[in-house]
Amino acid sequence: MNLAEGVQLVSFAILAVMMIGSALGVVLFSNIVYSAFLLAGVFVSISGIYLLLNADFVATAQILIYVGAVNVLILFAIMLVNKREDFKPLPNAWVRPTMTAIVSAGLFVLLSTMVLVTPWAYSTESVSSDTTIVLIGQHFFSDFLLPFELASVLLLMAMVGAIILARREFLPDQVITPDKQQQPVLTLPERPRELVGISSDKTSNLDDSRRSE
Amino acid sequence: MYDFEDKFRNMQLQYFLLLAAALFCIGIYGLITSRNAVRVLMSIELLLNAVNLNLMAFSSYLDPLEIKGQVFTVFVITVAAAEAAVGLAIILAIYRNRDTVDMEQFNLLKW
Repeated sequence: MNLAEGVQLVSFAILAVMMIGSALGVVLFSNIVYSAFLLAGVFVSISGIYLLLNADFVATAQILIYVGAVNVLILFAIMLVNKREDFKPLPNAWVRPTMTAIVSAGLFVLLSTMVLVTPWAYSTESVSSDTTIVLIGQHFFSDFLLPFELASVLLLMAMVGAIILARREFLPDQVITPDKQQQPVLTLPERPRELVGISSDKTSNLDDSRRSE
Repeated sequence: MYDFEDKFRNMQLQYFLLLAAALFCIGIYGLITSRNAVRVLMSIELLLNAVNLNLMAFSSYLDPLEIKGQVFTVFVITVAAAEAAVGLAIILAIYRNRDTVDMEQFNLLKW
C-alpha cells in the first residue's frame, strides 16, 4: 500500500465517521437547532467524499447549494416556526422507534449483502484527461440539454410556488368593490400589519396585540 | 499481506456503497420516527444525499470516461433544492394553519 492509497483510506475513514456520526445526531438530537447544524456537517463530509471520488465540480456544487442554500433555508424555517412545544406523548410510544430501527437495520443488512455479493463490472479505463467541468458541460449542452432546460423551469416553478405558499394569507373579510379606489396592480393583497416600533416596550405591545388578534 | 492489499483495492466501491446504504437507513429511521416536521425534511435531505453518493461512486468506478453519474447528481441536487424550498413553504403554511409542527397533529385528511 503506497502513500497515496494510505492517505485516501485514512481520509475516507475520517469522513465516513464524521458523516455517520453527524447523521445520527441529526436524527437523534432532541434540539432541532443542533440537528440543523449537524446537517451541515453531513453535507460537508459528503462533499469531501466527492473530492475523494475525483469530482471537484460536484463537491463545490454540494457545498454551495446544500450548505449555502438548503441548510440556511432550514435554519430560517426553524427560526420562523420556533415554538418551544412539548409534543403530546403517544400511547405505546416505544413501538414505532423500535419497529423502525428493526426495519432500517434489516434494510441495511439487505443492501450490504446485495453490495457485497454483486460482481461489479469495474471499468479498466483510466480517468479521462479532460477535467470534470468540461465533461459535465459537454453533457449538459449535448445529450442532457432537455433535462437541463427543464431543470431551470422547475427551479422557476419552485420559486413561484414557495413564494405563493409562504405568503401571508388573504384577509378573508375584505370585500373588493370596483368603485372603491383601485389597489396598485403590483402589490398582493395582504393582511395589514403594524410597523415594529424602535423601542422595546413598543414591541412588547405589538406582541400583545398580535396575540389578541 | 498482498492478498489484503488486493482485496482493499477491489473493495473501494463497496465501501462507498455501504456508507451510502448506512446513510439511507439513518434517513429512513429519522423520516419515520421524528415528530417535528422540519426534521422530517432534514431526513429527506439525508436520503437524497445517500442516493447522490451511490451515483457518484458508480460514476467514478464504473464509468470514469463519460461521467454521467455526476450529471445525474447535479440534477438530483437541483430537484432537492426545489423540494426543500417548497417543503419548507408548506411547513410554514401548515404551521400558520394548525399552530404546531407536530406531525401527529397533521391528520386533516383522516376521516
